[in-house]
Amino acid sequence: MTSPCEIARATLLTPANLQESDLNRVMDHLLSTQVDAADLYFQSSRLESWVLEDSIVKEGSYNIEQGVGVRAISGEKTGFAYSDEIELNRLLEAGRTARAIAVGGGNSRIKVSGGASVPAYYPSMNPLQSLNEVEKIELLRSIDAEARSQDPRVTQVIASLVAVHDIILVVGSDGSMHGDVRPLVRCNVHVIVEQNGKREQGSSGGGGRSGLQFFLDHQRALAYARTATRQALVNLEARDAPAGTMPVVLGPGWPGVLLHEAIGHGLEGDFNRKGTSAFSGRLGERVAAKGCTVVDDGTLPNRRGSLTLDDEGVPGQRTVLIENGILKGYMQDRLNARLMGTQSTGNGRRESYAHLPMPRMTNTYMLPGDHEPEAIIASVAKGLYAVNFGGGQVDITSGKFVFSASEAYLIENGKVTHPVKGATLIGNGPDVLTKVSMVGNDLQLDEGVGTCGKEGQSVPVGVGQPTLRVDELTVGGTNY
Amino acid sequence: MNDTIERQEYLQQLVHDLLGEAKKLGASAAEAGVSSDSGLSVTARLGEVETIEHTRDQGIGITVYFGHRKGTASTSDFSPEALRDTVRAACNIAKFTTDDPCSGLADPELMATEIPDLDLFHPWDIEVDEAVALCVECEHSARELDPRITNSEGASLNTQRGLQVYGNSHGFIGGYPSSHHSLSCAVVGQQGGSMQRDYWYTSARTPGELEAPAAVGRRAGERTLARLGARRIGTRVAPVIFQAEVAVSLLRSLVGAISGSALYRHSSFLLDQLGQPVFPEFVRIQENPRLPRGQASAPFDNEGVATYAKDLVTGGILQSYLLGSYSARKLGMQTTANAGGVRNLIIESGNLDLSGLLDAMGEGLLVTEMMGSGTNLVTGDYSRGAAGFWIKGGEIQHPVEEITIAGNLKAMFTGLQSVGRDEERRGSIRTGSWLMAPMTIAGE
Repeated sequence: MTSPCEIARATLLTPANLQESDLNRVMDHLLSTQVDAADLYFQSSRLESWVLEDSIVKEGSYNIEQGVGVRAISGEKTGFAYSDEIELNRLLEAGRTARAIAVGGGNSRIKVSGGASVPAYYPSMNPLQSLNEVEKIELLRSIDAEARSQDPRVTQVIASLVAVHDIILVVGSDGSMHGDVRPLVRCNVHVIVEQNGKREQGSSGGGGRSGLQFFLDHQRALAYARTATRQALVNLEARDAPAGTMPVVLGPGWPGVLLHEAIGHGLEGDFNRKGTSAFSGRLGERVAAKGCTVVDDGTLPNRRGSLTLDDEGVPGQRTVLIENGILKGYMQDRLNARLMGTQSTGNGRRESYAHLPMPRMTNTYMLPGDHEPEAIIASVAKGLYAVNFGGGQVDITSGKFVFSASEAYLIENGKVTHPVKGATLIGNGPDVLTKVSMVGNDLQLDEGVGTCGKEGQSVPVGVGQPTLRVDELTVGGTNY
Repeated sequence: MNDTIERQEYLQQLVHDLLGEAKKLGASAAEAGVSSDSGLSVTARLGEVETIEHTRDQGIGITVYFGHRKGTASTSDFSPEALRDTVRAACNIAKFTTDDPCSGLADPELMATEIPDLDLFHPWDIEVDEAVALCVECEHSARELDPRITNSEGASLNTQRGLQVYGNSHGFIGGYPSSHHSLSCAVVGQQGGSMQRDYWYTSARTPGELEAPAAVGRRAGERTLARLGARRIGTRVAPVIFQAEVAVSLLRSLVGAISGSALYRHSSFLLDQLGQPVFPEFVRIQENPRLPRGQASAPFDNEGVATYAKDLVTGGILQSYLLGSYSARKLGMQTTANAGGVRNLIIESGNLDLSGLLDAMGEGLLVTEMMGSGTNLVTGDYSRGAAGFWIKGGEIQHPVEEITIAGNLKAMFTGLQSVGRDEERRGSIRTGSWLMAPMTIAGE
């Protein structure tokens, strides 16, 4: 089998007739005595999407994106330029622009050679070709039929199917050259229901780094259709959500967005190097209750957030962030690791060749504890049971974070009673996990739909957790 | 300038060629849009340059129709082979999509017949060193304000220039250049054991209309200092003022709720409200897409339809939806030249400035920042994280954080008490601050 690096070279360098000697030349131009590190990031990306609405597949699109980003780093300074043409003169020009960050001349000679091969966490495949067009359309139609067959109150089903084939090649100033082929598929279902003039919505979906066959296996796509419909119907019955601070039980899986917002962003290396995070300088301190262990893990096979190699050519890793309640580590890219005197943790990620890498999460989750989920719910006299969420946001400096429930229930006297409307939950990152009093034994990872935004750049991520009881969280309902 | 004209001619030729290629491949109609931008982005932090980014982005997108079947493709690669592949990919997709009687180009008689100069193009030939100096000056003025400003995320200057070209098989082809510049600053303050961060920015079509760097920095510093010592408040029901910068998001929700795609999908809380009161009588909201130097101005929409000024709300009554040709056909209506969104939304200001609004409220919450996305446009249910200030007797008492505010947008709109004359003008939506009827605040 051809290695990802060979595929990347054949896709990105061969058509442009770029030889290793050309890359050496670009690097030589880029490096001066004051440049600590530099890299070239070649990328070719193909995206295909199909959308069903009103029971017909009315839209499809195909997107071609390719280019090369050139970066030079001197101390804390970064110079960056990119070109959407992969061509030697453009590379040299971008290199001249990027190295302007550092004053002074003097060249060092670099010899680009291949990097060591690393274990892969997903296949080097093209997911666009994993099903033919007729099969893709049939898949969307089956979702529509499944959702509508659940209940006559379903009035609208919007289903989409997206496949991305991303090929990257990173050439570093240490002479290394690493390639990765990253398949990514995603399916989303959105359902509108209507009863006596009242309308509600529900959503579901999933995906990962594999082919589209993923959605046919275990009839996953049909399960998304049923989940979205069920959620919309539950919301039709929902009463006003409570307002105020109360115990909250978070269901397993996607509610792990709590970890992503409350602590994940605050543990990214850049904020901690600059001292702007509420977690800055707190390594070794207790930031969570005993029994809470949180990891960021790019090595999970076929997961949406997984990375065989990050966007700086560093192998994907499993990094313990919090161990039994104690803050253990930050997530690093090369720049911030070097400036903090540590190693990259394989978290250097960028949206594309036209963006600079930063420390970003991969799959972030909490390890399971030993409580039965039923016992966790039974322990609450009055509180909220939230099982599904939309997005979230965090102010990393003050530590305040929010995440919005899209499916939630009231707990009264240890029993789940009735559904309540979606509400935003707000808390303080550095102390929310100290209020976790019970950790379930039912760890789940999300279905594979997460996208994280930071400084205008989006990257795919995963989250997960077991059922958790948080003794105090503020619930932003209207019922007071 | 000559370069720009030449570049525009080149892009128009590309569009022309793509449309020709689509026709050759059997498409009955086609449309294509190209954008091409370049710019400079510089950040300085703690008095030193941190990043210098030279940006250069281009993209071309084509949609082909075979009768009422549609296919779309796009590329950032402008080589002849890539362009041919792109048209072919669009045509291939159209083989598999289903006939949809509503899909197609906008009607030919609606195409813009002239393309007025909206004064959008004022490129800034600033050198990197000069840009760095402005950032340093901006950040310095924030940091020197007070010893409690202890850290910084830096100041950034962004300047961009670009071209938009659109054409379709009705024979319409048009383009125009535009520029955009901004300067922003974010600093961190510390008091006791806790930190706060806030920012300020200025943005304009022409560099001359940007606020002075020192003023931007000072405002960022003042905003950060004002947040120090923030605390929670108890759960309660109280009147709320959305400061102009965050009131923008309420108008954005209005835009979402009256946009064609939400309406034909029956997923809007303002369904069937045309001609009905959705705000109190004093409210007038206009779209002015041809505002000279406007942040979102455009002579034609994404389908080549000539844009025009219109009232969306007059006397509190909803006057118009925001439609492109597809959603218009779905609803049995006419496009409102809003393919691609709304362009310069302006709500008429009242007589009071912010302190007048605070006096009018007496006691309540002034919201200056919102977090999260807790808006359900299907039902209007609204619940978002907030930070701001507690107001008593029209005066700021203390900063507030880690609270939520909740209600329903339909009731929030009809309960609007007053719009301030402290107009936020930096984006595509212009509004003063909003004094609202009481909302639920969740806290301690």
